[in-house]
Amino acid sequence: MTAPLRKTLRKHALALVTLLALAAAPFLGFGDGFALGLLARAMILGMAAVSLSLLVGGAGLVSLGHAATMGIGAYTVVAFDAAGISEGLIVFPAAITAAAAYALLTGAVSLRTSGVHFIMITLAFGQMAFFTTSSFSSLGGDDGYTLYARTEWLGTRILDSRLTFHFLCLSLLALVWVGGSLLLGSRFGRVLRAARENPQRALAVGFQPYPYRLVAYVMAGAVGGLAGALLANATEFVSPALLSWTRSGELLFMVILGGVGQLGGAILGALAIVLLEESLSHLLVYWRLVFGPLLVLSVLFLPDGLVGAPLRLRAAFRFASPKRRNADA
Amino acid sequence: MSMLLVQALNGLQFGVLLFLVAAGLSLVFGVMDLINLAHGVQYMLGAYVAATLGVWTGSFWLGALLALPVALLVGLALEWLVFRHLYRRDHLSQVLATFGVILTVEEATRALWGSAPQTVLEPSGLSGGPLGGVEIVAGLIYPTYRLVIIGVGIVVPLLLWFLVERTRAGMLVRAGATHPAMVSALGVDIRRLFTIVFAFGAMLAGFAGALASPIFPVAPGMGDTVLILCFVVIVIGGVGSIRGAFIAALLVGLLDSVGRAMLPDLLRLLLDPSSARQTGAALASMLVYIVMAAILFFRPAGLFPGGRSA
Repeated sequence: MTAPLRKTLRKHALALVTLLALAAAPFLGFGDGFALGLLARAMILGMAAVSLSLLVGGAGLVSLGHAATMGIGAYTVVAFDAAGISEGLIVFPAAITAAAAYALLTGAVSLRTSGVHFIMITLAFGQMAFFTTSSFSSLGGDDGYTLYARTEWLGTRILDSRLTFHFLCLSLLALVWVGGSLLLGSRFGRVLRAARENPQRALAVGFQPYPYRLVAYVMAGAVGGLAGALLANATEFVSPALLSWTRSGELLFMVILGGVGQLGGAILGALAIVLLEESLSHLLVYWRLVFGPLLVLSVLFLPDGLVGAPLRLRAAFRFASPKRRNADA
Repeated sequence: MSMLLVQALNGLQFGVLLFLVAAGLSLVFGVMDLINLAHGVQYMLGAYVAATLGVWTGSFWLGALLALPVALLVGLALEWLVFRHLYRRDHLSQVLATFGVILTVEEATRALWGSAPQTVLEPSGLSGGPLGGVEIVAGLIYPTYRLVIIGVGIVVPLLLWFLVERTRAGMLVRAGATHPAMVSALGVDIRRLFTIVFAFGAMLAGFAGALASPIFPVAPGMGDTVLILCFVVIVIGGVGSIRGAFIAALLVGLLDSVGRAMLPDLLRLLLDPSSARQTGAALASMLVYIVMAAILFFRPAGLFPGGRSA
């Protein structure tokens, strides 16, 4: 194995192991409908979280309205369903385009601001989307809408098989992750990171951050739309709650819990949170009494997230044996 | 016409409540550079405590009065437990940790009080009896209690202005907002100052909740709506500016109330009644956010840019 490849593998080890575990899960006793449904939800939310991580970790843009893109994707599926169209080749591109268009419109305004203002204005746009969907009375309004059937592909009902759906979600998640990582490593990604670290310097070198950020924002929105379309298929039910600001907060939490430094962290974070929520809500009625404090504690004590936790541990060990640290360096 | 007047008064009164919450939020942000999503929780707790103690003591006013120290204590406790450790962290961590606080406190409220809205005593001496309403225009009776809230909304901002602009403590708060390190170097215990400002903001929000309890449903999640509108208020008004928060709060309150009442009727001129009602309601909910986006588009720092650039 060549050295750069080994380095890449080691850097992404945790995310790779997670993806492999997800691939193996159906054959290791998690193949029943309930478990697959849960994992599908985790992977779909993971996809949205990876796209948000691209913004937060890559471009330094903390969006508190990312759930809106997911909601728009899901509502596109629902709107086509209500019109009697469920062909995936129409529905999925439409969902992605709609979410990307929303991101383009809102991003063009939001990206003029920065810092706290950006957080607030994305939150405000998210709320606008939320109220819009709850006013669609033909699509159920506040009560939501139950899909007649999952999306078809060329007339076949291939998504009805839970196993197929599982692997579809998994491969799309892997695709989004690899694509996002390549993007961040490219020249485009370097401009984003430079603008995050020091906007003035990026400007001085001749890069106007705005168009780069807008493109990243639209891409993240498109992925959010894809995740939303998948989520509508996974749950076969869509309601405005999907766009609520707490959902956006949850997505942010997935990114942070996983670790902002790496896109793969978001996958881990999403999985951890979906599973934690599910198990806690089975054990306790008022499960958020445990979940909330855990959230606070993780922010206070795990600043690098789960991905960073092993590195922290290792750093602690290396500190204990300075010889090895020198050898590695 | 009288309908418009009533809606305008309702809007003012809602704006006043928003200001009470937003003022604390803005102070905390201006002085400690802390985004506190959990500020709405204080508002909710204020309403719950006022409702419960009101029923318990048999007087709404006593309950509302007792809610103040309770909100203050909860604010102190939360500051000591969580927020104190967030001052030096980035905004992202602050958003998340305070989000965790919201989940926890709202769930605790649900566990303690249940999910159903609480019963709240009528403010005695005002709503029920001969003092129930005041004839503001010939033939138009407006509830006195709502006028009392508007009155509070005139007194509290004046007091706040006096506190911040004319007292020593206020001077320290203003100084701490712009040059915290310098103030600390001059021998002021900046941590204590932070704690006091935080607890004071929490108390204001609790007070707003207590005032709101007879007119809005007291239920879990009541803080969220207000919190998000308060962020709109702060962003429109300019982060850290109390004056901006006041004007923006009234603007948002008025827009929201009048929009909800008028938009469906206005749209009826263009659309058929049922779709006018539907679009009107949706547009009314969005109105404040649209205005906010428009204001930020032209003035990214808000109407009255405050001391600290965000």
